[in-house]
Amino acid sequence: MAQPDGLLYSKEHEWLKVDGDHAIVGITDYAQNSLGDIVYVELPRIGQKIEQFASIGVVESVKAVSDLFTPVGGEVTEVNAALEADPALVNRDAFGEGWLYKVKLADVGEQKNLMSAADYDALVAEGAH
Amino acid sequence: MYAPHTDADVAAMLAAVGKSSLEELVRVDERLSPKAPMEVPPALPEVELAAKIAGYAKRNAATEYASFLGAGAYRHYVPPVVVSLAMRGEFLTAYTPYQAEVSQGYLQAIYEWQTYICLLTGLDIANASVYDGATALAEGAIMAVNATGRRAILVSSAVHPNYRAVLRTYARGLDLDVEELPVAAGGTTDFASLNARLADGRFAAVALQSPNFFGCIDAPPAAVQAAIKASGTVTIGVVAEALSLGALQPPGAWGADIAVGEGQSFGNALAYGGPYVGFIAATKEHMRRIPGRLVGRSVDNRGNTAYVLTLQAREQHIRREKATSNICTNQAHCALVATIYLAALGSTGLARAATLNLQRTQELAARVTAVPGFTRAFTAPVFNEVVIRVPAGLGAEAVLEALKARKILGGVALGRWYPQFADCILMNATELTTPAEIDALGDALAQIAGARETVAARG
Amino acid sequence: MAEAVNAGVAHGEKLIFEQTGTGRANTYFPNGRRADEFLPAEHLRGELPLPDHSELDVVRHFTRLSQRTFGIDLGFYPLGSCTMKYNPRVNEAMAAQPGFRDLHPFAPDDLAQGALQVMYELERALSSIFGMAAFSLNPAAGAHAELTALLIAKAYFAKIGQGASRTTVIVPDTAHGTNPASAAMVGYKVISLKSDERGRVSVDEIKKVLGPDTAVCMMTNPNTLGLFEDHIAEIAEAVHAAGGLMYYDGANANALMGNARPGDMGFDLMHLNTHKTFSIPHGGGGAGHGPVGVAERLVPFLPTPLVRKNASNEYRLDFDAPDAIGTMRSFWSNFAHAVRALTYIYANGAEGLTRVSQLAVLNANYVRVKVKDFLDMPYDETCRHEFVASAQDLKRETGVKALDIAKALLDRGFHAPTIYFPLIVPECLMIEPTETESKETLDSFVEALREIVATAKTNPQAILDAPVNTVVGRIDETRAARQPDLRWEPASTS
Repeated sequence: MAQPDGLLYSKEHEWLKVDGDHAIVGITDYAQNSLGDIVYVELPRIGQKIEQFASIGVVESVKAVSDLFTPVGGEVTEVNAALEADPALVNRDAFGEGWLYKVKLADVGEQKNLMSAADYDALVAEGAH
Repeated sequence: MYAPHTDADVAAMLAAVGKSSLEELVRVDERLSPKAPMEVPPALPEVELAAKIAGYAKRNAATEYASFLGAGAYRHYVPPVVVSLAMRGEFLTAYTPYQAEVSQGYLQAIYEWQTYICLLTGLDIANASVYDGATALAEGAIMAVNATGRRAILVSSAVHPNYRAVLRTYARGLDLDVEELPVAAGGTTDFASLNARLADGRFAAVALQSPNFFGCIDAPPAAVQAAIKASGTVTIGVVAEALSLGALQPPGAWGADIAVGEGQSFGNALAYGGPYVGFIAATKEHMRRIPGRLVGRSVDNRGNTAYVLTLQAREQHIRREKATSNICTNQAHCALVATIYLAALGSTGLARAATLNLQRTQELAARVTAVPGFTRAFTAPVFNEVVIRVPAGLGAEAVLEALKARKILGGVALGRWYPQFADCILMNATELTTPAEIDALGDALAQIAGARETVAARG
Repeated sequence: MAEAVNAGVAHGEKLIFEQTGTGRANTYFPNGRRADEFLPAEHLRGELPLPDHSELDVVRHFTRLSQRTFGIDLGFYPLGSCTMKYNPRVNEAMAAQPGFRDLHPFAPDDLAQGALQVMYELERALSSIFGMAAFSLNPAAGAHAELTALLIAKAYFAKIGQGASRTTVIVPDTAHGTNPASAAMVGYKVISLKSDERGRVSVDEIKKVLGPDTAVCMMTNPNTLGLFEDHIAEIAEAVHAAGGLMYYDGANANALMGNARPGDMGFDLMHLNTHKTFSIPHGGGGAGHGPVGVAERLVPFLPTPLVRKNASNEYRLDFDAPDAIGTMRSFWSNFAHAVRALTYIYANGAEGLTRVSQLAVLNANYVRVKVKDFLDMPYDETCRHEFVASAQDLKRETGVKALDIAKALLDRGFHAPTIYFPLIVPECLMIEPTETESKETLDSFVEALREIVATAKTNPQAILDAPVNTVVGRIDETRAARQPDLRWEPASTS
């Protein structure tokens, strides 16, 4: 699956699409592929205040459970309600319909702690487990 | 010895492995060799072994006495068909059903257990069992903590003392607070302080047992249920005598979000305290927090209905330190026994057994209180246990000793847990208790009380 | 066509709730009275929504279910770490003695002397077999025992004033999942230790993570790769020097009876799984039994009650232990299993138990040297009671994985070995034959495995399609997790 342009990435295989002082967060195609069939996603609550890199939810597959570490801090403004009935959306379209939550950024400067697409691809290439 | 190896086998296998002797094969560094020999008597051929162990079994005279002992472990009639089916070798010697294709029988039986527990407790989901009622309460409390983020539990003092002790042991490990609601003079939970204590939203759960440790029906009234809900606190309903679910309103009907309890009464032997079988049931909302194993129904690649362990990602072997619990082995065989018991009895048998328990307990209470000086400590309605207050000056322990001399185990004295009820005995009657035994108990108590009076009269 | 009768054939078996012909109650109890004669209606439940089936229908239902269930009584389980040895029937007969079966836990001590003696003698035997000062029979399973042991450690450190500082538990990356899960339940932070290239815990590596915050190091020996931790004495020294405690996970105890003792290796705490080492039946997943053993200085913290014997050989339950961590369950122990375990110990004697471990090691090595012809051995050396093989190369070559090999074994009448554990070996198969399997059984197992690997190379699809001989094929686990169906519902609510 081709990665869309203009995204930032975290070491924990999340992607971030920034729009001013708001952002959308999801997990990468590599992550959904490693996890296998996703059966459940536990998302933060709307209104929840989160800190960059804190563990704020869970992505559960048949064989593994992965913590969600938010790539940025702020206030959660929206969560992807479609995932409750159809968690497989994350498998099918990790960069699109399978988005997880939206956040109003606390500090746009935090983005410097994230990676570019090229750096993320390098990370995946070397650390493939 | 159960290994089949002949000397020729051992020789051939050692040769294949390239070792000259078993000792050479298992050799460890001198420093690690055992510092003392095993203190175990020499092997016994089976005919002598059986006699020896049977000898130990015969030295438990309590099993020959008339018994009114309850308090969390209950004597019930188990139709022989239950043991005969449960002891089939496939069930007895099976491993945990991780390879589902060759474990369909056991998986289906556990799915049936899960269903029975839901039907009996009135809740949505139940797991494949936990160790016993006490640990079920501890695990239920952890569920509530995870659900609410709060770190304190409020438990009624009328909940079984051993259950409260285990809850405290687990709570110490996790730095949770445990506080108690007092028992009212009437033998049920004193809810007077409840609203004040719920006010600051500190508690993850309120745990209530009905019938409670005193046998009294102690389900919270509607106003109490509403107050607990309004404060965002989870209600945990505890059931120590599972047979009561055959007659009484279940926890799901009196506001429990989580029901925990002991399934020993369903077909499992007293066995001096174990193994027993705990159950946990909950509303749908708590499904992903339930600890331990869950059996689900799905399909196979041929389109057949098939059963499989599911939601395993929550469990220790995958989630490791983030697991919902550390539980691995549960009590599958005891749950199987319970399932077969419930299938054999059905609704008719269960209802009749429960009614008989009610009847015998009323008869017990009537006969005992007919002896001057013996009274019921509480007026609340009961299922199959009553608390009897002994005449002043006699002492509960002394009465039990005197009954024991007459080959009657009269019950459990409450003083060791409840100083305020130090002159009281908890007595249990079940469908196995006979009118003759009840009569003999009454006669014995009359003699015991009369003897004291005679001594007193002599001055 | 009329519904097929399901007698000894592979048709599905309906749920007990879905079977037709309900409403046929058995007469176990007299009829006559009604619950509302004894209690006001407000306390009574209305309906009891359980089916009534005749005894014959119940017998057929569960007999058929048993026929759809694999057990040791049917065939071989090479399950690493589970010790699926034969469950002797004399154990069952002893546990079923009425004097044990009908004994109430609140029976007065003087009327339960036989039962107390069983518990006492088992405790003494285990202490001497494993080199510990004392055991508690309180915990109900291995994981329960681990939790108990960690609570003991926590209480001990609190007592010596180090409760706040000792916060971490060290666990090798080969450890069973219950180890870190148990540590988390006691609020400990888990440090995972990478095994060295020999598959062992490295003394140098552990020294890097030891410190004043170390509470417990949890290990097993032999480890989950089946390899003896030959540096265990140095490791224990290092942990003790840092002020920590050593905990022994007894899952692999079948490898070392009469040969080495955890107490001598320097372990302060340990547990046993009597449903592994001491032949208690697994019963489809429990009940287990997890005695926990401790070194002398930790005895005061053991859960209550302990069994004491006085000078007149009278036994009693002792609840008087002010430093005890409390109790772990409603009553005293999984007593029926204590009977089974003691019966097994007396059947074997010291020499017999020693031979049990020797033959367990012999059987494992015998299978290992044959399997290494056709599967990778990540650690090619003499093993203890179990060994690991890897299907990683086979997967690369043919696409056939450890999971597929496991399913193909089911088709050939064997249970699968343990797969994908320990986590550090990719496409792992962990094989533990136990000592109760004959050379013939082991030979036929090896042949089946060889044939599966050969077939994987020439016709991998045949293996990927397995199992085909079992009553059901591979199951849709994703659907089971995404649309959980965890119970039957009555028609009116579905």
